[in-house]
Amino acid sequence: MRVGLFIPCYIDQFYPQVAIATLQLLEKLGCNVSFPLQQTCCGQPMANSGFAGLSKGCDKNFVKNFSGFDYVVAPSGSCVLHIKEHLEDQGHPKEAERIRNNVYELTEFLTDILKVQHINASFPHSVGFHNSCHGQRGLHLSSMTETMLPAFSKPEQLLNMVKGIQLSNPERRDECCGFGGTFCVFEEAVSVKMGKDRIKEHEVNAVEYITGGDVSCLMHLEGILKRKGSSVKTIHIAEILNSEL
Amino acid sequence: MAKHAALSEKFIADEPRTDWHDETLWFVRQKRDKAAHGLPGWEQLRELASQIKNHTLSNLEKYLRQFEQQAKANGITVHWAADGDEHNKIIHDIIRKHNIEKIVKSKSMLTEECHLNEYLLHQGIEVVDTDLGERIVQFRKEPPSHIVLPAIHLKKQDVSETFHKYLQTEKGNNDPQYLTEAARQHLRDKFIQSELAITGVNFAVAETGGFVVCTNEGNADMGAHTAAVHIACMGFEKIIPKAEHLAVFLRLLARSATGQAITTYSSHFLKARRGQEMHIVIVDNGRSKQLGRKDFRNSLKCIRCAACFNTCPVYRRSGGHSYHTAVAGPLGSIINPNMDMKANADLPFASTLCGSCSNVCPVKIDIHEQLWKWRQVVVAEGYVDASKKTGMRGMAYILAKPGMYRFAGKMGRWVMRTFPFMINNKLNAWYKQREMPEVPKQSFRDWYLKNRGK
Amino acid sequence: MNAREKILNAIAANQPEAVPLPVIDKDTVISYNDVGMQFNTMLESIGGKAVCIQDLQVLKESVNADKATGKFIVNTIEALGEVDEYVSSLSAAQLEKLEKAYIKGTVGVAENGAVWIYESQMLNRLVPFICQHLVLVIDKKDIVPTMHHAYAKIDTAQEGFGVFIAGPSKTADIEQSLVIGAHGARSATVYIIE
Repeated sequence: MRVGLFIPCYIDQFYPQVAIATLQLLEKLGCNVSFPLQQTCCGQPMANSGFAGLSKGCDKNFVKNFSGFDYVVAPSGSCVLHIKEHLEDQGHPKEAERIRNNVYELTEFLTDILKVQHINASFPHSVGFHNSCHGQRGLHLSSMTETMLPAFSKPEQLLNMVKGIQLSNPERRDECCGFGGTFCVFEEAVSVKMGKDRIKEHEVNAVEYITGGDVSCLMHLEGILKRKGSSVKTIHIAEILNSEL
Repeated sequence: MAKHAALSEKFIADEPRTDWHDETLWFVRQKRDKAAHGLPGWEQLRELASQIKNHTLSNLEKYLRQFEQQAKANGITVHWAADGDEHNKIIHDIIRKHNIEKIVKSKSMLTEECHLNEYLLHQGIEVVDTDLGERIVQFRKEPPSHIVLPAIHLKKQDVSETFHKYLQTEKGNNDPQYLTEAARQHLRDKFIQSELAITGVNFAVAETGGFVVCTNEGNADMGAHTAAVHIACMGFEKIIPKAEHLAVFLRLLARSATGQAITTYSSHFLKARRGQEMHIVIVDNGRSKQLGRKDFRNSLKCIRCAACFNTCPVYRRSGGHSYHTAVAGPLGSIINPNMDMKANADLPFASTLCGSCSNVCPVKIDIHEQLWKWRQVVVAEGYVDASKKTGMRGMAYILAKPGMYRFAGKMGRWVMRTFPFMINNKLNAWYKQREMPEVPKQSFRDWYLKNRGK
Repeated sequence: MNAREKILNAIAANQPEAVPLPVIDKDTVISYNDVGMQFNTMLESIGGKAVCIQDLQVLKESVNADKATGKFIVNTIEALGEVDEYVSSLSAAQLEKLEKAYIKGTVGVAENGAVWIYESQMLNRLVPFICQHLVLVIDKKDIVPTMHHAYAKIDTAQEGFGVFIAGPSKTADIEQSLVIGAHGARSATVYIIE
């Protein structure tokens, strides 16, 4: 199985450890993973700001990098959702369509394609889980509190396989953290307030870490945690699933 | 005019109050969840409602003609208003014709949208809002901040002060029971004397020519059954084909709005009572234009339950007035750009696109997807800051070229590592209340080449 | 072109391609084991009161007792005694002191505790709203599971006005604190004749 590793730009630049954990985890699970070296960004920052017209260059570059893989996998629900919903390449419409259909967020790739039943990982800490909206409501990685459908959670299913972990959910288990792409700077006040409120609920559970499937949300929460001098740390789910004793 | 980001920053400056606002509306969301969970087949019911509305929109002309014909046959005078101004003039004409002085109005977001009260006030005519929340904000000369809970931005102390000033209630008595009783007595007088009652319309039934008005307080009925003239104002999207469809919408409306199984009163008006005159004003005010926008037309399915307000994490923390329009919240952000794109260009951006709004919507409007699409329209039509445009162009240029991207990344990381003050300044909105991410020595790509490179 | 034509033309030009109207299958929606019990539970949960009675005797006595107090009481139900027909022509000012009204309902709805009343049953449209206390009477056999079933039993085009009333008038407009007795009746009691 040939897997193309899609590493969103801000992970590449600021959180390489998340990408490394993702790569190692997929390799451990027997995937033949390669990282196309000319990849940049999915184009979401522009598109979500109303400049979808400007993301054509990104789209083209994306298709060029990720054609020919059986699957494209990324440790980010948000970027995957963007590719799934908006990737277009007029020069290569078939390839773009194939990628849209074969792109997976890491945890759904593990549960749905690899059908992982067991993970050799250990993380003896108290961890709060943050549901990222695009992964949850966009990719349906877990059930949503608004809808009256049976409950499930692909990322929590995986985290529950980790030895020693004490997993908790905040009271409002799927409220947005307020990152929201460029929302985080253009609507700074609301963005930060939303983040502070998420953190407050995790603190009630005395967590050591807050984890989730999107580094963007975690980066936002981390920024607030550090500013207030909190001892709570953020960690991407791939790092937990890849952790060993 | 101040924009959403600035107005919400002002709102949030009082953090305990923001917390209270957030928690109060979250409580309403939870009541909605409980009511929806209590009804088997909730998701099927939403689907049914959505399909009925889709069908109605696709046959709107036919149903409006049918409704008009039936209503006329029932003795109701039907008026048509292309915009808010025409709507206000029609009502003013009726008032003048009858020489009416005492007017009561129950909640109608359409009249808020058309600024009827201000219009009539200019003509020296006073309208008394009779919904408790609306009366409170009317005393305070504020617009409603929520379409179902107009005074949700106020605390009982605020209401107490307002009532002390206007209704001479005891100073410092903040008991909601006491304050509500004072309003009941005050408004009973207004009802008894009323000559004209203005109401909104929740649903207008094409098949019968009748219309339904829902309230918990009973204020629409107190006015409509007292006054010699009743004017019901409706946006044309209030139409539904048949009476049996009311079952679907009444099952959804109150459960979505407040978590009640049904509002206390669901009043079905068909004909005027003996000696009474009944009018219906059907208003366009931009709706037909919205109907022609393929991506946005299904916003016209809305039944004004405000579930999307209550669930919206941004609305709960920024308050209704930060949306600077009659209809706030996520729904307001997808209907107001159609009415005035320039004035409301900020609203589609007042969202994280979390998608919770679309999930709670009883008629399945794809609200968050429309917010995304409005952003594209707003930008394409040029209603965005030049600096933002330049920034986005630069970003797109770099991200489309792998070499440029890597160079910029190195530069960026190098800059942040070496001279943090260059980034960590007050002009950086990120840094105002958040630390910057720590900068790694190498990018993942660098690591990959070192560790997996051939 | 007048506004009417302008609006209708714009709508005709802009409305999407026709999509079919779905069919409501009311037999697939919830059904309760005991609609009477569900109705009572719902009504009590919204601040109303449900009273099950075997015959009308207790109600007749109640009307008589109320009237004996000298307060303004209106009975609109023939089976309970003299019908106060005169209220049909009373104005709001004349009805303002109305203490209690007895009204027969057509249908009760188990899923929400609502009762449908036709204009002819209330005699005057204001009566069920302006009274301080509302007493509704329904036959147990007229309680249906849901609103779908209710609309199948009533005809909204039959009379000039009709209303579903669920419990007493209420508001939560001040800090979401529930207060019973906003503008309409302060209490709502439904007698269910077994």
